[in-house]
Amino acid sequence: MSSIHVTTTLNGDPAEFLCEAEETLLDVLRDRLGHTGAKEGCGTGDCGACSVVVDGRLVCACLMLGAEAAGRSIETVEGMAEGDKLHPLQRKFLDHAALQCGICTPGLLVAAKSLLEREPDPDEEQVRYWLAGNLCRCTGYDKIIRAVLDAAAEMREAS
Amino acid sequence: MNYQAPTTLKDAVTLMQGDTGNCRILAGGTDLLVRLRSEMEEPDTVIDIKRIAELDEIAEEGGGWRIGAAVSGVRMAEHAALVAAWPGVVEAMNLIGSTQIQSRATMAGNLCNASPAADSVPAMVAAEAVARVVGPDGARDVPVAEIPTGPGRTSLARDELIASIFLPAPQTRAADAYLRFIPRTEMDIAVAGCGVWLALDAAGTCTAARVAVGAVGPTVRLVEDAGAALVGSKLEPDALDALAEACSAAATPIDDKRGTAAYRVHVAGVLARRAAVIAAKRAGDTT
Ligand SMILES: Cc1cc2nc3c(=O)[nH]c(=O)nc-3n(C[C@H](O)[C@H](O)[C@H](O)COP(=O)(O)OP(=O)(O)OC[C@H]3O[C@@H](n4cnc5c(N)ncnc54)[C@H](O)[C@@H]3O)c2cc1C
Ligand code: FES
Ligand code: FES
Repeated sequence: MSSIHVTTTLNGDPAEFLCEAEETLLDVLRDRLGHTGAKEGCGTGDCGACSVVVDGRLVCACLMLGAEAAGRSIETVEGMAEGDKLHPLQRKFLDHAALQCGICTPGLLVAAKSLLEREPDPDEEQVRYWLAGNLCRCTGYDKIIRAVLDAAAEMREAS
Repeated sequence: MNYQAPTTLKDAVTLMQGDTGNCRILAGGTDLLVRLRSEMEEPDTVIDIKRIAELDEIAEEGGGWRIGAAVSGVRMAEHAALVAAWPGVVEAMNLIGSTQIQSRATMAGNLCNASPAADSVPAMVAAEAVARVVGPDGARDVPVAEIPTGPGRTSLARDELIASIFLPAPQTRAADAYLRFIPRTEMDIAVAGCGVWLALDAAGTCTAARVAVGAVGPTVRLVEDAGAALVGSKLEPDALDALAEACSAAATPIDDKRGTAAYRVHVAGVLARRAAVIAAKRAGDTT
């Protein structure tokens, strides 16, 4: 079985890799491209720990084949900070102690960022529904919701 | 496994026809990838249809809407005219999974996966949606209700695929609605679901109705008695009772971890009643 050669864009930079047809985008990101931010919590679309953005849409990297990434633009948590400067969501997650073990955090950050790009002023219910596909076994969610709402407020002021 | 991403429908059909092994269509992959990973499915070839431009659009056709087989749930939700025409079908599709799942899941995939609990299917059946099935001999139009034949089984031949689903032109003073019951508020599979389409006259009397129930039998079912119970009424309590009874009578569910058979029978009726009231309200609002 010959490998598939894929060229894509990862966090704004050109990227290429070889993969087998069965490999998911999550396998490719973690094992072939060294981007281990996206996590495998379940592998079945239920937990959101693998959340990434593909062509502007939030998806589960575990439910997409690596081969499907050809010519697409992929954004992961590794693209959120600018050098040492954390994204406001990342800072607010720290300020609000919105993480404990941290397994869910990259997925939640990517998911929350994609919400705020569409809706800069969400209410709590919108945030909860948007993030319903991101499970967290540690925090009880409340701190996460506060952190997202607080980051949204700061980003609105800054813009 | 071999991955193919044809850019024309013709190429996709040629690939399916030429494939002697087990060949699967890949749309959003939200069912297929789960099955691949659990090794419930080990296809020799997957054919990704998302690079076929004509399958990736929502197009108006004679006042109705043709939804390509690669169109995701979120794109349906973002299409204001489609939402206005078929609010029930769109709300059913949008109940599927999370934000992440909505970015990928397709209505044709929901139909072809043939789960008895597929949310968009009762709504499509109530809407009299028609699937365009394409194979080596060309295209044929098949009512959505005739696609699933049992859990995980469809009437498609092995070298056929669904290219699009057509929702007919909406009528004045007519509308649809879909409701399901799940044990949680988000991210779960229906214990029962019900799609209702109905039309009213100027006085608010129901002139036609179609009611379909899901998750309470091996396939989604159109319940003719339930539609008939509404016709001639203004959805008075008697008519709604008769509707609920007809839906419960049509339900032949199983017991599972999400609910007992007896519970599902009851809930099918309750959902029908509530969905009918929502559809009637929407129908009234279209004038
Ligand atoms: C976390 C999660 C939550 C979910 N929640 C729900 C829910 O609430 N309600 C619900 O109904 N479903 C739910 N699902 C199931 C799934 O998301 C839906 O059934 C979805 O609509 C499938 O569409 P898809 O495009 O992803 O299908 P795919 O996975 O691409 O395909 C599904 C099946 O249909 C076949 N197929 C796809 N398109 C075609 C075509 N055009 N022609 C012929 N065959 C085709 C494929 O070969 C495959 O066998 C959930 C799934 C996950 C992972
Ligand atoms: S690992 Fe992808 S959703 Fe859990
Ligand atoms: S911090 Fe542990 S899963 Fe969320």
